[in-house]
Amino acid sequence: MKTEASIGGQACRPILKVERLEKRYTRQSLSGTREELVALRGIEFSILPGTTLAVVGESGSGKSTLALCLACLEQPTSGRIWFEGRDISQLAESGRREIRPQIQLVFQDPANSLNPRWDVLEILSEPFVLQKRTTIKGMKQRAVSLLERVGLSSGIVARLPQELSGGQRQRLAIARALALEPKLLILDEALSALDCSVQAQIANLLMDLQDSLGMTYLFVTHDLAMAAHLADEIAVMNCGRIVERGPAEEVLRVPKHESTRELLAAVPRIPRTPNSVTG
Amino acid sequence: MRYLLGRAAHALFLVVGVSILTFLFTTLAPGNYFDEMRMNPQIAPETVAALRAQYQIDRPLPVRYASWLNSVVHGQMGYSFAYNSPVAPILLMRARNTLLLAITATLLAWGIALPLGIWSAERLGRLPDRLVSWATAALLVIPDLALALGFLVIAVRTGWFPVGGMSSLDFDSLTLSGKFRDLALHMVLPVAALVLSALPLLIRHVRAAVAEVLDAPFLLAARGHGIPRRVLVYRYALRAAANPLISLFGFSIGTLLSGSLLVEVVMSWPGLGPLLLESILARDLYVVIGGVLLSTLFLVTGNFIADILLYWADPRIRRESTAA
Amino acid sequence: MTFVLEIRDLHVSYRSREGDLRAALAEVSFELRAGEILGVVGESGSGKSTLAAAIVRLLPATGHITRGAVHFEGKDLLQSEFEELRQIRGGRISLIFQEPSLALHPTLRVSEQVRQVVAAHKTASKNAHRERTSQVLATVFPEQADRISRSYPHQLSGGQRQRVLIAQAIACGPRVIIADEPTASLDPTTQMEILTVFRTLREKLGLAMIFITHNPALLTGFADRVLVLYGGRVIELGPAGTVLASPRHPYTKALFQSVPENPGERENSRKTRLPSIAGDWSPASTRREECSFAPRCAERMDVCGERKPNLLNIGESHAVSCFKYEN
Repeated sequence: MKTEASIGGQACRPILKVERLEKRYTRQSLSGTREELVALRGIEFSILPGTTLAVVGESGSGKSTLALCLACLEQPTSGRIWFEGRDISQLAESGRREIRPQIQLVFQDPANSLNPRWDVLEILSEPFVLQKRTTIKGMKQRAVSLLERVGLSSGIVARLPQELSGGQRQRLAIARALALEPKLLILDEALSALDCSVQAQIANLLMDLQDSLGMTYLFVTHDLAMAAHLADEIAVMNCGRIVERGPAEEVLRVPKHESTRELLAAVPRIPRTPNSVTG
Repeated sequence: MRYLLGRAAHALFLVVGVSILTFLFTTLAPGNYFDEMRMNPQIAPETVAALRAQYQIDRPLPVRYASWLNSVVHGQMGYSFAYNSPVAPILLMRARNTLLLAITATLLAWGIALPLGIWSAERLGRLPDRLVSWATAALLVIPDLALALGFLVIAVRTGWFPVGGMSSLDFDSLTLSGKFRDLALHMVLPVAALVLSALPLLIRHVRAAVAEVLDAPFLLAARGHGIPRRVLVYRYALRAAANPLISLFGFSIGTLLSGSLLVEVVMSWPGLGPLLLESILARDLYVVIGGVLLSTLFLVTGNFIADILLYWADPRIRRESTAA
Repeated sequence: MTFVLEIRDLHVSYRSREGDLRAALAEVSFELRAGEILGVVGESGSGKSTLAAAIVRLLPATGHITRGAVHFEGKDLLQSEFEELRQIRGGRISLIFQEPSLALHPTLRVSEQVRQVVAAHKTASKNAHRERTSQVLATVFPEQADRISRSYPHQLSGGQRQRVLIAQAIACGPRVIIADEPTASLDPTTQMEILTVFRTLREKLGLAMIFITHNPALLTGFADRVLVLYGGRVIELGPAGTVLASPRHPYTKALFQSVPENPGERENSRKTRLPSIAGDWSPASTRREECSFAPRCAERMDVCGERKPNLLNIGESHAVSCFKYEN
């Protein structure tokens, strides 16, 4: 288990630190009444570089809002977010644009986050074009190397997203997220829409990438089993608050909060007997 | 409720704005009614000058606008030089004739477009649908003018229908049922021309909206429940496809007055169209303004009706506009 | 042993845009017994949704049932007339689709949507329909049935919408319910709730159910028998206890292993690679004369590339389609 001390001499400073984060949404309806929705309340945690933090909770617990705030796609109402020692919570748009390549987001449904009219090459080149960082020649080379990194064959550069399988699309989304070499990858239910066996493949890919590139992951999910498998630390959210947080094993073996216990109880389990492994 | 009041206020603002702009543009346009008179050697210049003073042609613009507004409030809407009477009664009578034509045509057109569009959507891509598409494309290509003229030719050649106009010469001496019959006969051709020119657009939109819904998962689920076809199409599909169609309906109300202009002129139907045309040519200022304003009012009303219908038909819109 | 539903040698194909027929299901045969829950495990490309649609002939225009029979209440549904079929759909066999947010009409109230199902099959008066509707909604929503019935779908949560679909499914007292991934888009706790609803309905109403899912773990303690679909074919079929605890087919084994360990149970498996199945399912291998799983199979033998295996019994009503067991 990775602890602060055991990360072989690297900086033990957290790559991401969140302090008293709050996010409120207000809606003014035409009849004059104001509606306030508190999506996040008093969120505090930090992530060490090269590790995985899983944020688990039911829908409505605020975990997706958290992902958006951390990716600089939503502005928090109050509180601070420190990324590599820099406060990114109240940045102007130009500052946020600078930070975004370093924090990338992978969504649940690649069908919605990949432009259906672009082929694979265009999708993978988009981040570079947006950051104005490449020539046309370099684009195809970079695309191919990205594809290889996520285990896709270079032969698919001309295909459209709908011609790929669910697993391939999600790999493509990950490849695009890796294009600008981010330090932090936020995965918002990135495995939930996939078949079981494909989830295993993508989970393995993520672990490999973490080993080879030293990626840090924030893994938002309601699947506690997968979170348990991938995470070093687990934070449990309920109604916008973090109700329990700690090293993965502790949280799973000795859950302190009721929400954690409920989530644990709700995990569907396959009966595992010695036979099932060797068959 | 607040939503609707908001829309009503918005509509009022629009009408007032249009009235100002229309006033501005028509008075700024070169020439006025009295230019004709001035050129006429038989009319003494003093008469012309007196008339001009009487109609305040030479007063500054805001003053004229204010006195016109005053006249509107009193239900007169200014004065027509050509007809020598307040504008309102003339406009309203002509508007009535136009509405008679336009409403009949709209109802008929929708009455044909809805079933035909639905029927086409159910058979999307197959031969019957393609036939309908070709037919509507052909209709779309034929200019309204050609349609109207074509009908006139039919009237002349066959003698089955009166050639233009709204009533026969002996209208007043007919019995009640005779009057109805006479009116109906006069209406057939102009209404037919209007319906045929409106159909292609309507059919295409109905077809597109319904086809999209027929593909939707909830419709498949309803079929899975064994819901019979009639209910599927008219209660499920149509209701779900209603949004764009309601907007289209509002738009067709909006163009009720202006859309029939061409047909009215060609077929000598005494509606707003011919009135507006001759008033513009004669620079009969207040009639023109009144006519434009009436058209705007209809457009705005059409949108407003569409808004109300949308609010009633789609609970999601209701939710957006009131506190949860 | 009475069979409520019997599928015999079902073959379904789709016509591609180029005009050729691509097989989606082949040689599918199984029975559904009265009051049992049959869990169908299948991933993308296995043909599971095709199976659900094919049983009541609700395939899209490109889908064709090329062979087979579906016996239900003494009739072969594949030969039935349209009106007969319409009566059976929703009335005797109900289908619950995926994605509850899409399967409900957006602008009709919940009560209306349930009532329409009742009205489509019962010839009683309007009042009787309304009564039946409130009865059904009260069964599925023990609390708040009133408020829910007046609501529109967009005002409900995912779990509530799913319950509405269930209400529609049981409204006319069917004998069979076919549920296609009914819990796929739901939270884990809501998932468990819905499974409990199904169990209760089975006890109370004696329903038989086909429960289609891609996650075999859901079937533990829920399904009576499990059927595994791969590449459009039945590759394993048997009692749930046996299949889940000791699967025989290499695909089934690999699939179960790729589900992460039960959290909190085994310590050392965290952050290790999950045993996963290499590659993706490819439609090409279903067309060739070989076992569809052969390209990805860790236990592949020579014969696996020569022809397709048959579904054979290897024990107490446990059947597998694999050359390893063909002796």
